[in-house]
Amino acid sequence: MADGNCLISNEWICGEYVRTRGQELTDATLEHVWITLASVAIGLLVAFPLALLARRWRVVSGPVLGLTTILYTVPSLAMFSLLLPVFGVSAAVVITGLVLYSLTILVRNIMAGLASVPEEAREAARGMGYGPLRLLFGVELPLALPALMAGLRITTVSTVSLTTVGAIIGYGGLGNLIYEGMRSFFKAEVLTASVLCVALAVVADLLLLALQRLLTPWARKSRKGTT
Amino acid sequence: MDVVAKAWTWLATGSHWAGPDGVWHRLGQHLFLTFACLAIACAVALPIAVALGHIGKGGALAVNISNAGRAVPTFAVLVLLLLSPLGTHGQWPTIIALVLFAIPPLLTNAYVGVHEADREVVEAARGMGMTGGQLIRRVELPLAFPLIMTGVRTAAVQVVATATLAALPGGGGLGRIITAGFRLTDTPQVVAGAVLVAGLALVVEGVFVALGLVLDPMRLRTGRRPAAARRQPADQAPASPVLKT
Repeated sequence: MADGNCLISNEWICGEYVRTRGQELTDATLEHVWITLASVAIGLLVAFPLALLARRWRVVSGPVLGLTTILYTVPSLAMFSLLLPVFGVSAAVVITGLVLYSLTILVRNIMAGLASVPEEAREAARGMGYGPLRLLFGVELPLALPALMAGLRITTVSTVSLTTVGAIIGYGGLGNLIYEGMRSFFKAEVLTASVLCVALAVVADLLLLALQRLLTPWARKSRKGTT
Repeated sequence: MDVVAKAWTWLATGSHWAGPDGVWHRLGQHLFLTFACLAIACAVALPIAVALGHIGKGGALAVNISNAGRAVPTFAVLVLLLLSPLGTHGQWPTIIALVLFAIPPLLTNAYVGVHEADREVVEAARGMGMTGGQLIRRVELPLAFPLIMTGVRTAAVQVVATATLAALPGGGGLGRIITAGFRLTDTPQVVAGAVLVAGLALVVEGVFVALGLVLDPMRLRTGRRPAAARRQPADQAPASPVLKT
């Protein structure tokens, strides 16, 4: 397998491929990582105020939840294609599409998290003279973290896998390699990129899980893990 | 937006709708693939899920399959199947991929629905002397119906989306209009195809929402709380586990 012939005989697993195209694989992985990071970060920045608005005014929550759900229904290939005329061929097309998808899960989870904060905790904080902003960031947000993080994990994992479809416009990270391998029937390229993609999703999920443990030290004592 | 106008013109041109590359033919392929695969997936997943839910075991398995599925890119699976020995068998790689991706939402929702059918009602029915089969048919299935339908709906939309992706490796369906547009660098055609695909996904979603409401065997009973609202643990995504494609 390692004797270089695997490139000629088109094996699924080919060490020679990984050795000779290391740079290409690294570049694709890095592109995949930054597209995912940008999408999830922007998604979080957009979802948070949306969730707060939807919580504050009931009139807003219906349209916000409805619209994000409808957006989630749109197939990714169509979503990226629809955004194409707006941004031209650029990474912005893929990132915007992924942000729109992330809103569905993030907004819902942030709202569910905030709704699960016990009223007594709010009352206690108000009694201690907490203003609305301090109440939000000092009490409500930390208590909503498990739900928020659960949403963030789902979003991140599906964003990693969806980024591959960006290959249609050339900004798909590892998806580019899968697309290229598909056209040339190059098995090792497709399998290696696919495996890296799944590995990336798993690593991201574990990192977020660790972050959640770190951010919610109280949850470890009172509950048996929050998934 | 010049492109929007041009996309509209593309859609309004009769010749784009006829012929083997036309919209009608692609739509037919898309719908045929969707319903064939959805039927296969239902036939495989629902009996297993209902049986497991009735016994009350295997739930972790269903949820884990869904979660693991989310990490695997649909596009990668399609291409891997295509390059495998199966690839020479026409539509089979696409069909297998579509069925694979439709199973998790079906399995999870049906399992949760049956398993969490109101336990007191189930116990009461058992006390009245119902057998296992009667219990499933007359109590658990009607109670689980809304959640099962949610799973079917999610799976249907999932299959529509995945059938679109099947165009990337050269499969049929509406996605072909988009990929053909890319190859011709014809942006209006790409946008027109995307509008058709998005529209189809929304229509399928709407049809299944309506079906779920109309067919619900419990819909005439008063005081029914929406089943979905009652069964959601706060820590989980409110949306049923969806594998977005």
